[in-house]
Amino acid sequence: MSKQKKSLVTENVWRVLRQFTDARIGLGRAGISLPTHELLKFQLAHAQARDAVHFPLDVKRLLKDLGESSAALPGQSPLLLKSQAEDRLTYLQRPDLGRSLSQESLECLAGLCRGDSGEPSVAIVIVDGLSSSAIQNNAVPMVTQFLRDLEEEAGDWLLAPLIIVEQGRVAIGDEIGECLGASVVVVLIGERPGLSSPDSLGIYLSWGPKSGLSDARRNCISNVRPAGLSFEHASQRLLYLMREARRLGISGVSLKDRTQEVVIEKTANNKNFLTD
Amino acid sequence: MRLAELPLRAFLSEALVPYEQDEVTRLILDTHDLAAFAPVSHLTVGDFRNWLLGDDATPAALGKLRSGLTPEMVAAVSKLMRNQDLILVAKKCRVTTAFRNTIGLPGHLSTRLQPNHPTDNISGIAASLLDGLLYGNGDAVIGINPATDNVSQAIKLMGLMDDVIRKYDIPTQSCVLTHVTNTLEAIEQGAPVDLVFQSIGGTEATNSSFGFSLSTLQEAQDAALSLKRGTVGNNVMYFETGQGSSLSANAHHGIDQQTCEARAYAVARHFDPLLVNTVVGFIGPEYLYDGKEIIRAGLEDHFCGKLLGVPMGCDICYTNHAEADQNDMDNLLTLLGVAGCTFIMGIPGSDDIMLNYQTTSFHDALYARRSLT
Repeated sequence: MSKQKKSLVTENVWRVLRQFTDARIGLGRAGISLPTHELLKFQLAHAQARDAVHFPLDVKRLLKDLGESSAALPGQSPLLLKSQAEDRLTYLQRPDLGRSLSQESLECLAGLCRGDSGEPSVAIVIVDGLSSSAIQNNAVPMVTQFLRDLEEEAGDWLLAPLIIVEQGRVAIGDEIGECLGASVVVVLIGERPGLSSPDSLGIYLSWGPKSGLSDARRNCISNVRPAGLSFEHASQRLLYLMREARRLGISGVSLKDRTQEVVIEKTANNKNFLTD
Repeated sequence: MRLAELPLRAFLSEALVPYEQDEVTRLILDTHDLAAFAPVSHLTVGDFRNWLLGDDATPAALGKLRSGLTPEMVAAVSKLMRNQDLILVAKKCRVTTAFRNTIGLPGHLSTRLQPNHPTDNISGIAASLLDGLLYGNGDAVIGINPATDNVSQAIKLMGLMDDVIRKYDIPTQSCVLTHVTNTLEAIEQGAPVDLVFQSIGGTEATNSSFGFSLSTLQEAQDAALSLKRGTVGNNVMYFETGQGSSLSANAHHGIDQQTCEARAYAVARHFDPLLVNTVVGFIGPEYLYDGKEIIRAGLEDHFCGKLLGVPMGCDICYTNHAEADQNDMDNLLTLLGVAGCTFIMGIPGSDDIMLNYQTTSFHDALYARRSLT
């Protein structure tokens, strides 16, 4: 059996390079095409990623996890909000509805007092986005890390109550930040799930948030998850962006991320097997 | 039927986005070549389709016509065309460009090797890079989407690719797909920049939501040309587009997403790019719902780009929240191959582990080459 298989599929000896990446390298070939076992693996992964899109966020569990975490949460308990997209199908086809709060949520938010203490205030908004598992697995450790680092920072940042949004898009954070009168809004959102990374978290920052800000006014830190960008590094980068945004009074493309890339420095002098 | 009766000339006098408000409209109308337009200036949109399909529309005639066409004319006629019409006419359009090799010759399908890694790990990128090179991938460009928008990181990735290309004497070019202003900074810092990348849209408002204007692109093109790194040609720009970007940025002025897309090609052609591709399924089901819509959009984009004289490739792709799968991509790949698409993407096993979507694999390119010959 295995002997016959060997003769039908040309294995790729460079598969050992998989120690460096999760990419589907060294797959081998049948003729010039994908071998059957790789084809089937791909189809299974696709089915799982499709499930990640459609599986709803378990808000109760998220609240429980937040409560059990060591995060120095703001005094008030997290506020639960919904976008105007009522279900997943509407959400997928109408991004505009995912960017605005439902009437009920708007009223709920208006009940919160605006930050008027003069200090720059930060609103953290957790949004399900396109992957509930990203939030379920990675939002709590990320928030915990960030709040710990924020506490150590002598920046006099005032924290608004934590917000959780269902069926939301990135831009909904700007509407929320504006309502709260926050100086800066930080959105943690489930990124579109990939075949090999169904639970990637994205972090977006807007300085002076208000409805209708364009993408060019936001900074993004993506692929936050244990196997991607670590919570520690993401938190450091976020704090850097917040400091710079405050100093310059702006966020987005004109605010460049000049943190020396930590990950890349792990490979000393950027050597690699192709050129050394 | 109303559209079919509209004279092509109407598009010259009625700007869909006001001339005063939009620098893309100004670019389109100010650079329009009336003499080149003459062969079709008397036609309606419906008859323009007949003309394009007819024997007078030879590759040479289509080449001469380019500067006389506006994106609005091209988008309009594409709406009256069936998939086979889009394929047949695109196949007659010849667009060749060059930097360290020549791209777009008849009977050639190039590939962009895309060795992305979620943390830009150098060894991880090198591993995917080698995998692709072993399949003969990457003659259009070796292009990395960096995980973060960071100038120093971009420079490191440029250095890596430059080292590999020079060490193994590979007849190709490299590109880090970072924001144009980052690439400008990298050039100032002496980085080995072959191609300047930017995502572009078809209205001034879209482009300003992307954080640049036409003058930024001009500055970047001049900077890249000053490096004189091309050996057989001087096409130094690489653009990506995609239907829905203007709508997504609320910058569409009430125009449909396909016409906005065609206007992006007018922006592209002004800067003599080496490569342009639509990232057709990346935007997601919000704009192109399923495989059928993605396939149609891919054929429209390729046709419109080629007719306007852009070296049009396609990122034949879909996301996991769209109603599409590998079979839809096989269909579009085959159709675009027949249409003479300039280049496609190459990713290990179709799975981009950084951008989280599926595009064509190294194996897919081999399939296309073998099945089309």
